[in-house]
Amino acid sequence: MPATPETITAMESRFGKEQVTTFRNETRVVVPRADFVSTMRMLKEARSFDLLSEVTCVDYLNYRDASDRFGLVYILTNTITNERLIVRAFLNEPDLKIESMCQFWNGANWLEREVYDMFGIEFVGHPDLRRILMPEEFASFPLRKDYPMQGRGERHNFPVITRNQA
Amino acid sequence: MSIATENPTAAKQDYLWTLNFGPQHPATHTTLRIVLKLDGERVVDAMPDIGYLHSGFEKLGEHLDYNQYVTITDRMNYISPVANNVAWHCAVEKLLGIEITNRCKYIRVIVAELARISDHLLSTGAMGLDTGAFTFFLYAFYQREVIYDIFETLSGQRFHPSFTRVGGLSQDFTPLVIEKIRKFLKTFPDTLRDMEALLNRNRIYVDRTKGVGVLTKEEATNWSATGPVARASGVTRDLRKDEPYLAYADFDFNVCCAKSGDCFARYYVRLAEMKESLKIIHQALENLPAGPINVGVDERTTLPTKAQVYQTIEGTITHFELVMLNRGFVVPNEEIYSAIESPNGELGFYVAGDGSDVAYRARCRPPSYIHFALFPKLIRGHTLSDVVAVLGSLNIIAAELDR
Repeated sequence: MPATPETITAMESRFGKEQVTTFRNETRVVVPRADFVSTMRMLKEARSFDLLSEVTCVDYLNYRDASDRFGLVYILTNTITNERLIVRAFLNEPDLKIESMCQFWNGANWLEREVYDMFGIEFVGHPDLRRILMPEEFASFPLRKDYPMQGRGERHNFPVITRNQA
Repeated sequence: MSIATENPTAAKQDYLWTLNFGPQHPATHTTLRIVLKLDGERVVDAMPDIGYLHSGFEKLGEHLDYNQYVTITDRMNYISPVANNVAWHCAVEKLLGIEITNRCKYIRVIVAELARISDHLLSTGAMGLDTGAFTFFLYAFYQREVIYDIFETLSGQRFHPSFTRVGGLSQDFTPLVIEKIRKFLKTFPDTLRDMEALLNRNRIYVDRTKGVGVLTKEEATNWSATGPVARASGVTRDLRKDEPYLAYADFDFNVCCAKSGDCFARYYVRLAEMKESLKIIHQALENLPAGPINVGVDERTTLPTKAQVYQTIEGTITHFELVMLNRGFVVPNEEIYSAIESPNGELGFYVAGDGSDVAYRARCRPPSYIHFALFPKLIRGHTLSDVVAVLGSLNIIAAELDR
């Protein structure tokens, strides 16, 4: 479901018409990082987007005409009107930090931990930012485009733990 | 290995006992580990530790083309694989902007609802098994066997059908499949009645599940819960009604909700949903449209029939483009998010295309992962024996959880 005209107008008046796009009935808005928290607060409280459906990230390293490296994706849903809004925020090295959304939606907790685990993006103010799917001693970020797809040989980098060490 | 505790008071109490629940505990059913902090029998804190089954599905999505990836989606929620196939290819078709044929929509609805029944059978059955109701589990498992037979007749595989293709399906319904589904529709309601009679008023079961792991409506929405877990707490959101995809708008069915939000409500909502699924399958099977199951040659996504390949130039070109390496169909340089109501909740795919025949990024929004984050919150203050009831009611599938 696309966002309602009121939401689109509110977003366009804030960030300009070229930042709000619609494709296949989906409304996307690109939010600059400085306004990110205030925008999300406005969306939750004034526009009552009460469900955070999804937090993920895309690494645009080899993408054609890409200007930024990481594009965060926040998909918000209003459970009353069923409108969805996709909020994008772009980050570049070396400053991969963005404010955590756990203050508004508890559901962001594990989703942001996964993005941190796979892409290395730090969420400032996250209550418990640790790796979640990969082991703690894992050093790199697997879903980045510069991480090779190895398969064989991947687990030999880990030290072998015997029973009496564990 | 040190695990940071989320409950600061638990760190100070040195008489607490740490218990590792899993990764091979029989009641977890899959490989997941929970580090429990116990005060006698009470659970003071629970720290889930996941990732034992992390297989890099999202990374594989950047290396397999749109049709090959369906074999990976089979292995995500392996309890209801066809629902994942449908979710993935709905997402790819949305990215391509393809409108699939009516017959394909109806068949996809039927197989997705069969998958929903089979998923709910296993999740409620396993919940019964963990709380001691073995007969209930056997009843449920026998019916799952019948559904697997239907899938085997349909696609040649019982567990991993890989049934859908971009713009269509791998097989059409044969008369034998329709006959088997009709037979299932006739016999299954009796089993469902028996299952309800076994547990709905069973003293042991009700005592172990009522009032355990209560999730309020506001919390469910705030923690991003979807599907039966949210509907058992009074959230009325169901993507089949709220954002109708495929042919769901044509059918008459109800959204099942409960108010109490405890383990019993989650079990009860699943049982009720099975009845609604039967209604949907019945309506879809009676009104099954005739016609082709795949989109035409113009879209260049599905293999044309042999007659088209040998007799028309368009068919020859399409066939060549699709079967040669690195020459598949072209997707736009765009990104979409498409979600369906899987048995577990909202199963969404965020697909970014870059013009090639391989997804630039294929992200799956797994419902299990989001529901498992609720677990520490639901279990705090309950006893150790309630852990299995809460786990069973959330229906955590580790392959989908870890991907």
